[in-house]
Amino acid sequence: MAGGFGVGKTTFVGAVSEILPLTTEAVMTDASAGIDDLGLTPNKTTTTVAMDFGRLSLDQDLILYLFGTPGQHRFWFMWDDLVRGAIGAVVLVDSRRLADCFPAIDYFEEAQLPFLVAMNGWEGQFLHSEEEVREALSLPPHVPVVRTDARSRDAVKSTLISLVEYVLTVRAAYGRSF
Amino acid sequence: MAGGWNGEPYPPVDDAHRHYGGTNPGAAASPAPAEQSSLVRPYAVTGGRTAPRMQLAMEALVSSATSVHQDLSILTPERQAICQLCRQVRSVAEISALLRVPLGVVRVVIADMAAEGLVQVHQPQLDAGKPDLNLLERVLSGLRRL
Repeated sequence: MAGGFGVGKTTFVGAVSEILPLTTEAVMTDASAGIDDLGLTPNKTTTTVAMDFGRLSLDQDLILYLFGTPGQHRFWFMWDDLVRGAIGAVVLVDSRRLADCFPAIDYFEEAQLPFLVAMNGWEGQFLHSEEEVREALSLPPHVPVVRTDARSRDAVKSTLISLVEYVLTVRAAYGRSF
Repeated sequence: MAGGWNGEPYPPVDDAHRHYGGTNPGAAASPAPAEQSSLVRPYAVTGGRTAPRMQLAMEALVSSATSVHQDLSILTPERQAICQLCRQVRSVAEISALLRVPLGVVRVVIADMAAEGLVQVHQPQLDAGKPDLNLLERVLSGLRRL
């Protein structure tokens, strides 16, 4: 789950998770200084990145984990960790603040991780249509844009189903290159 | 390492420790004064090593390979905590979160424990770095059944 700060990623995860979303942390040290811009805080040598996640047991031996990506660009080292082995990504967007999700979309395109864009409605209201969002984000036609409600278990479940269906379609069409 | 490894499974999650593992006002029974101290100290339990001996996915599942009757007291506290926690299968990320220890640190400890036969690690089924089709189909039908 990616998206701008405060768009509802943790709420989205919490809506379907069988446990309260947990938080794991990674300590970024000087080793990742090339990624983290420490220029503004010259005395700081470590940073902690927190990441929320939830769990869904789908079968006796099948557990789906939902990770909310840390929002800030400088924490992309965590994203690299998440992308390997990931089924796909949901980019959660608030259509009033679309620019917040540009970095996530660029990142997933670059990483060749299939993603869909889920518009999070507020009180059931969607201020923009799927087509407006698609155009504003310059999304290729094959990337699904769906409506969701991060507070609703059914809406979140249906968004996840759409994602996995899309991933299967992409895999069937492009084979292993995606 | 006071406070780092004595977490009960699934402690109440509140806003205070959603952020940076801050103190949990509900857990008065387990005082954890050191939790907000230096972020570097956790690596002391790995002897300063930051690279695990095997690559461990965040979602890799870990289960305890020790029996309930086995004397774990010879193990370090963090290893005891992991053995106990993993009597039920848990991911690397869950172990990190529940014990409130950074991901990089638990990865080193779990990889060591796996090498010594204390835990079993079940890595995700990947096909060229991606979940294989069979796995995707199972996830899809699992989600539909929810």
